[in-house]
Amino acid sequence: MTDTIPTLLLFPLWVLLTAFIFCVLSWQRAKVQSAIAIVAGFLYLATAAGLFMEVYQNGIQVIQIGNWPAPFGITLVADLLAAGMVLISAVVAFAIILYSLQDLSAERKKKGFYPVLLVMMFGVCGSFLTGDIFNLYVWFEVMLVASFVLIVLGNSKKQLEGAVKYVTLSFISSGFLLTGSAILYKLTGTLNMADLSVAIAQHPNQELITVSAVFFLTGFGIKAALFPFFSWLPASYPTPPISVVGLMAGLLTKVGVYALIRFFTLLYTHDLPVTHSVLLVLAGLTMFFGVLGAIAQRNFKKILSFHIVSQIGYMIMGLALFTPLAIAGSIFYIIHHILVKTNLFLISGIVKITNGHYALSKLGGVYDRYPFVTVLFAVSAFSLAGIPPLSGFWGKFILAKAGLESEAYVIVAVSLLVGLLTLFSMSKIWVSVFWSATPESDSNLPQLDGRTLFRRYYCLLLASVFLTLCTLGISFYPDFLISFSEQAAGQLLNPDSYINAVLNQ
Amino acid sequence: MNLIISLIIGVLFSASLFLMFQKSFFKLIIGVILFGYATTFFLFTVGGVTKNAPPLLNEAAIAVDQLADPLPQALTLTAIVISIGVQLFVIVLLKKVYEEVGTEDLDELNTTDRIK
Repeated sequence: MTDTIPTLLLFPLWVLLTAFIFCVLSWQRAKVQSAIAIVAGFLYLATAAGLFMEVYQNGIQVIQIGNWPAPFGITLVADLLAAGMVLISAVVAFAIILYSLQDLSAERKKKGFYPVLLVMMFGVCGSFLTGDIFNLYVWFEVMLVASFVLIVLGNSKKQLEGAVKYVTLSFISSGFLLTGSAILYKLTGTLNMADLSVAIAQHPNQELITVSAVFFLTGFGIKAALFPFFSWLPASYPTPPISVVGLMAGLLTKVGVYALIRFFTLLYTHDLPVTHSVLLVLAGLTMFFGVLGAIAQRNFKKILSFHIVSQIGYMIMGLALFTPLAIAGSIFYIIHHILVKTNLFLISGIVKITNGHYALSKLGGVYDRYPFVTVLFAVSAFSLAGIPPLSGFWGKFILAKAGLESEAYVIVAVSLLVGLLTLFSMSKIWVSVFWSATPESDSNLPQLDGRTLFRRYYCLLLASVFLTLCTLGISFYPDFLISFSEQAAGQLLNPDSYINAVLNQ
Repeated sequence: MNLIISLIIGVLFSASLFLMFQKSFFKLIIGVILFGYATTFFLFTVGGVTKNAPPLLNEAAIAVDQLADPLPQALTLTAIVISIGVQLFVIVLLKKVYEEVGTEDLDELNTTDRIK
């Protein structure tokens, strides 16, 4: 029994909820809401960093809401993975709020962009921290409903069309989660994850447990855009403004991946040959078909959207291999991917401002006119493709090494091939947007030189520079993140510490 | 009783998926609503369906398996509230799409999927 209640766990949630309330109170006043949001973004980052330091130094933090003992009450848990994800989500949210200050029109801000964004981050943060599967469903819904609103905010025709697909499939995925939770509760009589982990291991009917695993695999698979379920992502993500896409592309699918990692390391380890072989096959197919989609596209945002799908495959590959090194690779990859992917979307928005288009055929000459933007793009793009010494290389290297060690040669071959194809489709953007000659410009667009661009849109560039610096940080000093990933993977593969921390409070 | 309930749940799930595969917006809405019902009904039955037993244990020991488990019922309430919220959102969204795009056929919502 500890003397002090680990309230650090509640601070990130508390900051977001309070900021949301203040934003709602100042409805229709865009400037006040922007100010609240940027302060909240900073405080969220600070509290998330505080939580991360606490977990990194003192081990798993647990809080039982209302002091009800563990399997019955509402439990919030932060182990290394959860704390790391909260921190990285805070980094991205801060960058996005900074970016949105100048990216969004005052009209969109007045319609409630900031309050909804804060609720969505509240849902994301809660999904990372919860220790109970029904609460996970509720946090997911908080996040999803907020993301529905964000994706249609502004009501353009494309946004509405994309939203139909996104909303319907998300609703079905939540239905699967709920049904899966119901089956698990019927089988074990508990909803607490730590308690479930114990109960599942002792359950006599292991086949039925696998049935519930299929429900969760489908539900989280739709959220994470795994192979047969990914069609909603490229249809809906390119439609809303960049501030929204950047956040969704960076975070939302990764919440699905986080939940898959949590469930398939803590709960469903009873039948590894079945569950994790299915995951491995899905990982390979996700990578491959995602990148094929990216090759076929000729639009900046759509290529990036298909890349999300193929990168999800790498994260699931690490989970499916299920060795300490492979899971460490997954965690490293998730953190690298969130930073890089968000930044690429932010840069596509900056390029749009200069040219007014996302179609590759109408873009060009950015390298001549804006060398600084080109450098920002190059760091992220080559990192995503896995060029050494950038961060994507370390992620892919760890995963490939883990694959070779567990003699899964096919998936390693697929992952290397997909890396090559990713580089190919990135070079398509590189050649036609940055290197090619400036196209015939539309006369109605203002021609900005580099200095005016910076002066007028400094928030956009600052946000992108912030994320680029983070990427460079983990590229050139990967030791800390690798050792963190290994420790987090160690915690995931030996769930005893997690179970003890929750149940023996 | 249990057989009837499982049949109802099965019919609800299959009907909702069938409706969602149709082209019409209206059938999609009905499908989404039925899907919500099917999941919440499934969750509700997990607690056990019993008749004529008091909701609280008293000293006159009633065997526990004759009582319905109250927790899934509480969860069902939460799930109903959430799914109604999402269903309302879907209805308003589809109305807005109809106004904006001017079609009632889901197959025509393909501008975001075209390569161009």
